[in-house]
Amino acid sequence: MITRDKLEKAWEFSVEKLVVLAGLASIVFVILIFTFLVKEGWRTFVVVGLKDFLLGRQWHPISSPPAFGILPMIGGSLAVTLGATVLSVPFGLISAFYVAEVASPRAKEVLKTGIELLAAIPSVVIGFVGMVVVAPLVRDVFHLNTGQTALTGCLMLSLMAMPTIVSIAEDALTAVPKRYKEAALALGATHWEYLYRVCLRAAAPGLLAAVMLGIGRVIGETMTVMMVTGNSAQIPHTLLQPVRTMTATIAAEMGETVQGSEHYAALFAIGMVLFAATFAVNFLADAFLHRAEAAER
Amino acid sequence: MNSTLKQRIAFGAMALTTIVVLVPVFLILGTIVRHGAGALSWQFLTTAPTNGMREGGLFPAIVGTLCLVVGAVVFAVPVGVFAAIWLNEYARETLLTRLVRLAIINLAGVPSVVYGLFGMGLFVIFLNFGSSILAGSLTLAIMNLPVIITASREALKAVPQPFREVSLSLGVSRWQTIRHIVLPNAIPGILTGIILEVSRAAGETAPILFTVAAFYLPGLPKSVFSQVMALPSHLFAISTQIPNISLQTRYGTALVLLVLVLGVNSFAIILRAKLRRARKW
Repeated sequence: MITRDKLEKAWEFSVEKLVVLAGLASIVFVILIFTFLVKEGWRTFVVVGLKDFLLGRQWHPISSPPAFGILPMIGGSLAVTLGATVLSVPFGLISAFYVAEVASPRAKEVLKTGIELLAAIPSVVIGFVGMVVVAPLVRDVFHLNTGQTALTGCLMLSLMAMPTIVSIAEDALTAVPKRYKEAALALGATHWEYLYRVCLRAAAPGLLAAVMLGIGRVIGETMTVMMVTGNSAQIPHTLLQPVRTMTATIAAEMGETVQGSEHYAALFAIGMVLFAATFAVNFLADAFLHRAEAAER
Repeated sequence: MNSTLKQRIAFGAMALTTIVVLVPVFLILGTIVRHGAGALSWQFLTTAPTNGMREGGLFPAIVGTLCLVVGAVVFAVPVGVFAAIWLNEYARETLLTRLVRLAIINLAGVPSVVYGLFGMGLFVIFLNFGSSILAGSLTLAIMNLPVIITASREALKAVPQPFREVSLSLGVSRWQTIRHIVLPNAIPGILTGIILEVSRAAGETAPILFTVAAFYLPGLPKSVFSQVMALPSHLFAISTQIPNISLQTRYGTALVLLVLVLGVNSFAIILRAKLRRARKW
């Protein structure tokens, strides 16, 4: 049955080629994303200029003459991201320590399910709750005209960064070699002393990666910030002001632009800035994770 | 202060912190259920919105979301599972696999709204699909590829190496081994990844805003080139763009979306727990 044998070989050959293609698809998609952002957005850098685009303080996309300065949005994104990071990192890391090292197996199961639940709530639902519940609360507590502020955004986003931070940090803590713990305890350290003198340092690269990935999640979050931060394109001076992030600008304005216009190109250019920022953050996180892996060996 | 007391205080503080992290989750869920349950009715689920979306139901949005999810699964699963097979079964540790892994991490990190831009640039405009189910599902599929690849890879990794060695030593070819020995044992884990993808795809808003979502479209889709309404974008629209809509309707919409997403998600979690216990090795 030579023909059947040949057929099978040919089948196997083509399947294996397909497998390789699928394996390389991720690279292709990353390149495609980058290509299309550049294809639609590069004109902005020619017309406006890189410096005026990144450092311009005026964003008036449909006035004539238009102004395409995204500094207020960069400021908005930074304010919200920093605020959310400051809130979520200590809480997230401490929770990760608790879940990984202290909680009983039963409590651990419950806590991890809670975190997974949080990760599963769609961002538009969190934004909705932020809008109808948290924003009025912020308004009343600080006696403001509107509760749609950077602070509201920070609160909601810190919640959304939590699952990323807790789960990656927990992985990092679980990966700390058992012999470290045994050695520390054998030397007379308490479990707590082991945690903050030994475990914290041994897991540091992994914990840093968790923080970076959390930050990456926050920078890119769109729907929630759009719904709770008030969308006003001004450079924020306090967290109690409305702000507008880069992501929200794209989502809010893309529906109203004329395809191919300068405004349209400028929104894609903001997309490029976001792509570059998240790429850098994820690249750093990956580097930390590699160091963590290398340290375990 | 002696060290045991210190430890007790520290652990107590840590437990408290963890609780502070989790309380908002239950507050969010509780608020939505409490305010939204009153809006639920058979009519709410099975009729189209009327009166400028202030009355009526969610039917077209539910159908739209289902179409998008099915589309995303159809496109993402073959590519994702094959990619995982390549990474785990074929590829050796080289610069290329390192690049692929970096690409996967990066795909997972690209902001959802940037996927929206990309989908619009490539599928809607360049390939001329228009704002359609096809463009939306392809965008969601690429966005969720990392979830499927990572879950499938974990599942493949968990299949013990001797399974492969025995099969190969009997003269079975590489692909036959994967097809008949490795994959059947990895299916449960892969399935969990797919279900997680479904729940994420159902809840995403930003990627579908410019690739498929219609503001108001009471009819049902006729082909893959139709525009549809979707639950998340509908919730966004009625929350931010329509004045004087009753709070109960908005909470009700949020509840339907939440039940859909969390329902699918818990199914995945239960399935995973069951299969872990049933594992034979």
